Amino acid sequence: MTVIEEPRTTIRSGTIGDSPVRPDGVAKVQGTYAFSSDLHADGCLFGATLRSPHPHARIVAIDLSAAWKLNGVEAVITAEDVPGQLTYGLIAQDQPVFAVDVVRYVGEPIAAVAAIDPETARRALDAIEVTYEVLTPLLDPEAAIAGGHDPIHPDGNLIRHQHIVHGDPSATGAVVVEGTYEIGMQDQAFLGLEAAIAYPDPGADGVELHVATQWLHEDQKQIAACLGFADEKVRMVLGGVGGAFGAREDISLQVHTCLLALRLARPVRMAYSRAESFLGHVHRHPATIWMRHHADADGRLVNVEARFVFDGGAYASTSSAVLVNGITMAQGPYACPNGMVDGYAARTNHLPCGAMRGFGAVQACFAYESQMDKLAAACGVEPAEIRLRNAMKTGDTLFTGQPVLNVAPVEDCIRETMALPLPDEPVGGTPLSDGSQDAMKLPGGAGRTADAGDIVRGIGWGVSIKNLMYSENFDDYSTARCRLADGVATLKFATAEVGQGFITIAAQIARSILGVDEVELDQIDTHIGSAGSTSASRQTWMSGGAVDAACRAARERLFEAVGTAHGIEPIRLMIEGTDVIDTAGDLRIPVVEASSGLTIDETIEYHHPPTEDLDENGQGNCHTAFAFVAHRAVVDVDPELGLVKVVQIATAQDVGNALNPLSVVGQIEGGIAQGLGLAVMEEIIQIDGVIRNGNFTDYLLPTFLDMPPVLATLIEQPDPHAPLGAKGVGEPPCISSTPAVVAAIRDALRQAGIDAPLDRVPVRPADICL
Amino acid sequence: MSNELFTLRVNGSDHDVADSWLGESLLDVLRDRIGLMGSKGACTQGECGSCSVLVDGVLVCSCLVMGASAVDQEIVTIEGVAPVGTPSDVQQAFVDAGAVQCGFCTPGLVMAVHDLLERTGSPTDTEIREELAGNVCRCTGYGRIIDAVQQVAVRRSSDHDGGRGDAS
Repeated sequence: MTVIEEPRTTIRSGTIGDSPVRPDGVAKVQGTYAFSSDLHADGCLFGATLRSPHPHARIVAIDLSAAWKLNGVEAVITAEDVPGQLTYGLIAQDQPVFAVDVVRYVGEPIAAVAAIDPETARRALDAIEVTYEVLTPLLDPEAAIAGGHDPIHPDGNLIRHQHIVHGDPSATGAVVVEGTYEIGMQDQAFLGLEAAIAYPDPGADGVELHVATQWLHEDQKQIAACLGFADEKVRMVLGGVGGAFGAREDISLQVHTCLLALRLARPVRMAYSRAESFLGHVHRHPATIWMRHHADADGRLVNVEARFVFDGGAYASTSSAVLVNGITMAQGPYACPNGMVDGYAARTNHLPCGAMRGFGAVQACFAYESQMDKLAAACGVEPAEIRLRNAMKTGDTLFTGQPVLNVAPVEDCIRETMALPLPDEPVGGTPLSDGSQDAMKLPGGAGRTADAGDIVRGIGWGVSIKNLMYSENFDDYSTARCRLADGVATLKFATAEVGQGFITIAAQIARSILGVDEVELDQIDTHIGSAGSTSASRQTWMSGGAVDAACRAARERLFEAVGTAHGIEPIRLMIEGTDVIDTAGDLRIPVVEASSGLTIDETIEYHHPPTEDLDENGQGNCHTAFAFVAHRAVVDVDPELGLVKVVQIATAQDVGNALNPLSVVGQIEGGIAQGLGLAVMEEIIQIDGVIRNGNFTDYLLPTFLDMPPVLATLIEQPDPHAPLGAKGVGEPPCISSTPAVVAAIRDALRQAGIDAPLDRVPVRPADICL
Repeated sequence: MSNELFTLRVNGSDHDVADSWLGESLLDVLRDRIGLMGSKGACTQGECGSCSVLVDGVLVCSCLVMGASAVDQEIVTIEGVAPVGTPSDVQQAFVDAGAVQCGFCTPGLVMAVHDLLERTGSPTDTEIREELAGNVCRCTGYGRIIDAVQQVAVRRSSDHDGGRGDAS
C-alpha cells in the first residue's frame, strides 16, 4: 500500500505522475511496429476456416474430397483431427473447436484448411461440401429460460440464474417508477483483425504461437488441452495487438492455427477478414432489464427491484460473470437499503456473447440511470440532484451485503462534473464567418438535411459504479520480474499490452522505485508466470502491483549490497532521484554506480485479497474493488428527422492516482467514444439468427465528426487498497456515457413537446421521430 | 493465378510486382508482394482509412485501388514519410500528444494528417474533423489526435521552414 511520495511539481521525468511517451510510439507512427497481422515466416502456409451458414442445423455429412484435390491445398481438418479436448471456453468448456454433429450459430467453425496462399485456401473452403439438416433456431432468451424448448446444447439452455435479496424486498416508498430497457448487441470493433502464426517444434511435439490476445496464459491452457499437450508445450508470444476491448479474451483462431501447423510440421498463418471477425469473436450481450424503483417523497431510494435477461448466444464464454456484474450493480452508485434482483443468462442460437469493456455494468447502467431520471421527474428534482441525494459513500453496502471499502467519491464525481462549463456554442453550432449555418455542426452533418430552426438542445446525466478485477473467488494474480544491473532495470511480465499503455507505466514504476532512468522491457510471452487478463480494468492495479513489488524487492537487494559495502543498516537507505542516500548520514551514491556489477533478479506474484462466491440469496463479498464516474452529455436533436449531434461530454472520474495523466485522458476519451457509439449508432443486427451488418459500412462506428469535445476532471483520491493508489480507468468511461447521451436526447425531445421513452439503445432515428 | 508483372513506383523506388492477380488491391500488393507492411487493412471497403496512401499526391484508401492501376504513378506510403528513427513532425506530435494507443489506425492517420496540412495550413476544428472523418480510430476517441494536428499546425505556422515532414 503506497501512494506517490512526491508532489506533482517535482516529478522526475518518466516517473509516476509524469506522462512520458509510449516506448512503442515511434514504431507505431512510422508503420514499423509489427501487429499480429503483419507477422510472416518463410515457407509458411495460410489457413482459413469454414463456418456454418445456419444458426442451428444438424451436420449430416461433410465431404472434404474435392478440397483435398485442389493444387496447393496441404491440409483439411475437422473435429476428427482434434487430438485433445474437443471443446474450450473461459469458464465452461462448452464451445467446440470444430462443430461435432450440430452447428449452433451462424459462423460456427466446421473445418479448416491450409494452403500455399490465401486464395487457394479460400477456394478449398468453397470445395468442402457440408450437408445440413436445418433445425429451428432458438432465438428468444425468454423461451430459453422458460424451459419449454429442447436443449440446443448438452449443458442446457440456461447458462446461469442468480438471485439477490437484500434487506426487506417488499419495502415500498411514496414514489414508484418502473421501466423495461433493452440494450443491443455491440461489437468491440478493434481495428487490428484477428491474426496469428504458429511455429511447430521439430517432431511436432510442441508449438510456439504468436497471437494478439488479452491473456497469454489462459490461451495457453485452453490451446494445450485441445492439442492434448502439457501446457508448457504451447509457448505463447504476444503479437502486436491492434485493440482488444474484450474481444480477444476468448479463443478465436488460436487452436485452429496450431492444429494446422502441427499437422503439417510447417509454420501456418491465419488472419480473419472484417466479415469473419464479426463471426469469430464474442460480442457485448444484448439484454432486457426490468426495474422498479421505490423512493421516499424526496427521492431517496427505498427499494430497487430488477430482473435481468442476458442473451448469451450459443456458447457460455463469460456470460455467467457478465450476469453477476450486471445484477450486483443493479442499484448503481447509490445507497439503497433494500433490493431484490433476478438475473438470467440464456443460451440461444445467436452469436456468442462475452466480454466487452464494461462487462455487464454497461447494460445495468442504462437501466438504472434511465430509472433515476424517471425518479427525478416524479419527485420534481433535477437529475443531478436526485443522484447527489442517493450518492454512495465509502462504507455503504451493496445488495450483495458487501461493504464498499474503497474510496467512493460519487458526490465529488457529480459535483466536479457540474462544475465543468457547458458548451458556449449556440444550438445548432457556431455559424460560419459569412453568417451561414455550419452544416457540419448540425445533426445529420454532411447530409445537410437538418433545418437549423428545428434543432433543440438537451442535457443528460449518467453516473456509474464498476467493479475492478475479477470476482467470485477467482485468484487473478499477476507476475512480474525485475532485474537490476549497472543502473538498468529490466522488466519481464506476461501482461498483454493492447494499446492501453501498460508498458509505459511499468517503466514509470521502475524509475520511481529504483531511481533508474533506463528501463528495458523484455518480450511479453509465457516464459514467466501469468499476469492474468488485460480486462476488468485490472492491469494497472494487478500488474502494476506486481511490477511495483518486484522493483521493491530488487531495491531491498540493492540496499543490502550498499549497506554491506558501507557498513550501514539497509533500513537507513532510500532512493532520492537517481541516488541511493543514507537517511542518517552523508552517503550518496548514484544507483548506476551502486548497482554496478550486481546481479539482482526478483520475481513476485501479486495477489489481491480473496473474494467470495455468492450464496443462493446473492449474498457475499464477491467483488475486489470499485471505481466511479459521472458523465454529463449535451446534445442537439432534430426531432423531425430523428437525428442527433452530441455537442459535448463532461466527466469527472474516480481514478485514485493518475500514474500517467495523459494515458488516463486517452482512456477516458476513448471509452466515451464507445459509450456514445452504443447510445446512438452501434448495433449488430441479426435477423432469424443471421448477422446482417458484419462490416464497417453497415456497422457504424463514431468518427471524428461524431465525437464531441470531452471535458474531463480526474478525481485523484489515492485508494489505500490499491498498490499504487491507482484505480483502473479503462471501463468506467464507456459505462455511464451511454445513458447520459440518451438522457440528453430525452431532455431535448421534452423541450420539443415530445415524450419519447427511448428505452432502448442504440437510439435509432425512428425511436425519436416516429 | 497469373504471373502478371508490372512495376510500381513507391516512395521513390521502382518495385517489380510478380505473382499478382490483375484485380489485386494496391493494399495487398504493397503488403504481400512488395513487403511494405506499414499500411494496414481493417475493413477492406474504404470505411476506416487504415490503408491510406498517396497516389500522385491524392490521398486514397489503398484497399479500393487496384495495384495494377497505379502503374506510372507516384505512390507514397507511411514508409516514405520519414526515415526510420527520424519521425516527421506529424509523427512526433502523435507520439508526444498521446494520439497513439494500439496504433493500428495510426499510419493511415499520419498520411491523412500530412495531406490535410499540406493543403490547409491552419485548419479549424471543424475542418480537421471533416477532413479526417474517413479515418476511424477505436481507441482514442480522437481528442488527442486533434491535439496533435493542432500542435503541428501551430508549429509550422510559426516556423517558415515548414517543418521536417513532407509526405508529398
